[in-house]
Amino acid sequence: MDDLLQEFIAETRETLDALSGEIVAWEASPNDRARLDAIFRFVHTVKGSCGFLDLPRLGRLSHAAEDVLDQVRRGEREPDRGLVNAVLAVVDRIGEIVEAIDAGNSLDDSGEDMLIAALAKGLDDIAQPAETVPVVRAPTRSVRLNVDLLDRMMSGMSDMVLARNELARHLRAHQVDPQIEAALERLSNTVSEMRDTVTRTRMQKIDALFSALPRMVRDTAAGLGKSVTLHIEGSDVELDREMIEVLRDPLVHMMRNAIDHGIEAPADRRKAGKRENGRLYVSARQSGNQIIVEIADDGRGIDVDRLIEKQIAGGRNALEMHNLSEKAKLHLIFEPGLSSRDQVSEVSGRGVGMDVVRAAIEQIGGRVEVENNPGRGVRIALHVPLTLSIISAIVLGVGRQRFAIARPNIEEIVAERGAAIRIDKVGSATVATVRDRRLPLVDLSELLGVDAVANDQPRMLAIVSIGSGSYALMCDTVLDNEELVIKPASPAVMATGVYAGQTLPDSGSPMLMLDPAGIAHIAGLEFHRSLADDEEPAGEEDQAPGIAALMFRDLDGRHRAVVLDVVDRVEKTDASNIRFSAGQLRAAIEGRLLPVATQGDIGDRAVVSLLRLKDGSSEISYAIDEALDIVSLEQITPATIAGPAAGVALLDGEQVELLDPYWVFADYGGDAGDGDEPLCLLSDDGKGWMAAFLRPLLESAGYRVAFSPDPATSPAVILAFEGSDPALSVSAPVVRLRHHRARSGADDDTIYRYDRAALLSALAAHVAGRGAA
Amino acid sequence: MPDLYLIAQVAGRAVAIESNQVESVVDIGEITAVPRVSSHIRGLAALRSRVVTVVDTPAALGLPGSGGTLRRAIITVLDGHHYAMLVDALEDVTPFDLQPIGAGGSALDSAWRAAGLGIVERDGEPVLAIDLHRLIPGHAQSNHQVH
Repeated sequence: MDDLLQEFIAETRETLDALSGEIVAWEASPNDRARLDAIFRFVHTVKGSCGFLDLPRLGRLSHAAEDVLDQVRRGEREPDRGLVNAVLAVVDRIGEIVEAIDAGNSLDDSGEDMLIAALAKGLDDIAQPAETVPVVRAPTRSVRLNVDLLDRMMSGMSDMVLARNELARHLRAHQVDPQIEAALERLSNTVSEMRDTVTRTRMQKIDALFSALPRMVRDTAAGLGKSVTLHIEGSDVELDREMIEVLRDPLVHMMRNAIDHGIEAPADRRKAGKRENGRLYVSARQSGNQIIVEIADDGRGIDVDRLIEKQIAGGRNALEMHNLSEKAKLHLIFEPGLSSRDQVSEVSGRGVGMDVVRAAIEQIGGRVEVENNPGRGVRIALHVPLTLSIISAIVLGVGRQRFAIARPNIEEIVAERGAAIRIDKVGSATVATVRDRRLPLVDLSELLGVDAVANDQPRMLAIVSIGSGSYALMCDTVLDNEELVIKPASPAVMATGVYAGQTLPDSGSPMLMLDPAGIAHIAGLEFHRSLADDEEPAGEEDQAPGIAALMFRDLDGRHRAVVLDVVDRVEKTDASNIRFSAGQLRAAIEGRLLPVATQGDIGDRAVVSLLRLKDGSSEISYAIDEALDIVSLEQITPATIAGPAAGVALLDGEQVELLDPYWVFADYGGDAGDGDEPLCLLSDDGKGWMAAFLRPLLESAGYRVAFSPDPATSPAVILAFEGSDPALSVSAPVVRLRHHRARSGADDDTIYRYDRAALLSALAAHVAGRGAA
Repeated sequence: MPDLYLIAQVAGRAVAIESNQVESVVDIGEITAVPRVSSHIRGLAALRSRVVTVVDTPAALGLPGSGGTLRRAIITVLDGHHYAMLVDALEDVTPFDLQPIGAGGSALDSAWRAAGLGIVERDGEPVLAIDLHRLIPGHAQSNHQVH
């Protein structure tokens, strides 16, 4: 944290120095939008940093100033002299506090409430702190170098390497004095050493950037009452120090945006069927001469319509806005001063982030890519170049050509005919199996359209890893390991999508550097990483054993749910397709009739939704008003009586009945199934015993049950109590039950009603007899 | 005030190139092919300690490609990238007044028309002045900027 604080102090000090001119200019012309924006960005950045450095005083001051400046930006307040003075007083105060922090002095915080109050009403005189604290700067422990200087050093270094290469090339062509050769050797060594040093002065692990994130995410999320799990990948990717500095603010802005705007509150997430824990995924990887930093969340995504409304409300032409391409609409998030939220929060402020993010990234020749999945999250990728960087590369030979590939992308190199290597054709694809690891194989000569060398030498496989996956790249030879100065190739060459840059190695012939991700893309390999993929394994461990269910509004208006497993699909159909025919509701769908179960009336609805339920062999539909959502049900209280409800669950405080698919299939599946199950006609004595006790038993034993004769099917057996006469119009063997355990005589063929085994065997005997007849 | 133009031969005809587009004039050495690239690009070549992208000028003008015989090139810089534009031969550098293409312009096919800036008159012979940068593939903006 100390390092961060030092960085913050140095940065704030620097910005303040740069800002002093802006402040003076703004004072002179308060309506100058550019100056206003510069000052706004400053206080916004200070506010952002204070959040995770735990500097509440600075946070309060900067937040107050930001509020006022934002009002000015929106034209709600005039930047009159009083306001300008008050803002300047706050900026000065920020500078004083920063110096005090650096020196380890304490600074009296008395005047601050007054300063903040002054922001609200304006300040007539520039408030001078009552007693001027002498500003003492602590001795610095390190030198802050101008990046320009480092740049010049680096570019000079590259030129030196190239000149050395050229010299070596010329000398090789001639017979030279060994002394000159020795001198060249010494020069080479020195140059290499220098180059390493210069490179190191500029390289830093991106961990320097990522290490502060967990704390920041935790604090930010906690401040918003959200819970967010952060996944970090690629912390050991090294990149230019300058890039790290450039990336710092954008990254923080984007993380905050993701937590504040992207990830929903736990309750909303539950409703949307997501885990309560939001996920934030940050990764860095090198792809050729680019570093790609990705931030992905699984939140609600960007509401593009809302962006457009905002723009229109801000005075943009409505027609023009609506005619924008989808991509252009999405890119509205980069418009200055735009936020897709109306409410300003302490955390991410007003979407000041994205325009600043893009400006910062583009300034270093990078680009920002946004991928929006409404309802599922946003993925933002920052591509920053590694121009002028020296890359450790491996040189591959294909045909008569050579290509470089960045060493960090190579996991290993194996010979095609090595032990434990198999190459198989799988359908149209080629798959390499390297020690039980199966990888898609890309033949470089085929991909590039270069003829492979025809000889007996085994070809080589480079196992290439790109952020999202790995593949085997087949080439003719692996030649060399070289440190190369990679420069961007011309646009036409880059447009092929195969190359990351070009270089001039010691050989003196230009060489292209391959872009492993581009090759994978062109070869059609998809390693697309989706947050949903990550979700599965984690989901099992920390998700309560809920049951996935489809919640729907039933015909009677109540909310019910049905276990998702039995729902084959949900479809809408005209109500006219559903008729009461042959004793029950049936729907004519796809040229066949499906029994329709209902609770409630279709009434005058023109269209109903049908849940198509399947139990493996038979299919039934259940008519509902509308499918609502997929929910996870926990703690289902079983129903106390058999019927359409299997139980009831509590969902967001509401009682939701769980539809009993068993009931649906039992009651409506009558002639929907293959009709194999023998039908038992129960001649009840009116006391309900048969329905309550016998029916579940019979159904579980594989019988269908009816209480009144159905002309469509004849029962296999009739059950009746002794002494009662079924007096039914159907003929079937009758099994009589007696109420008492004891038989009344030797010829009593009735069965005691609780003698389960005897009852079932009697039924089975009758059914079997019927089948034989 | 007349500008300086370099007169070059491309596919058997003379063209005039504004001298501020010409960084140098060289004979390039071995060309490294760039698989999958547009047919207007012949490849990469080393020029001192720099890599240049070699443009097949005839192909870029919609004529049959040079087939690898050309070595002479005009080096021009666009957006920080160095390009070697292959030509048959180079003549001299002379000041000319640029005149509108005029009626003859409609007879030009699209590649020539896109590159054409105007006409300069050399000893009574009209020579088409072309913008080299518009022949370079991959630079969308400069390619499509039509006056």
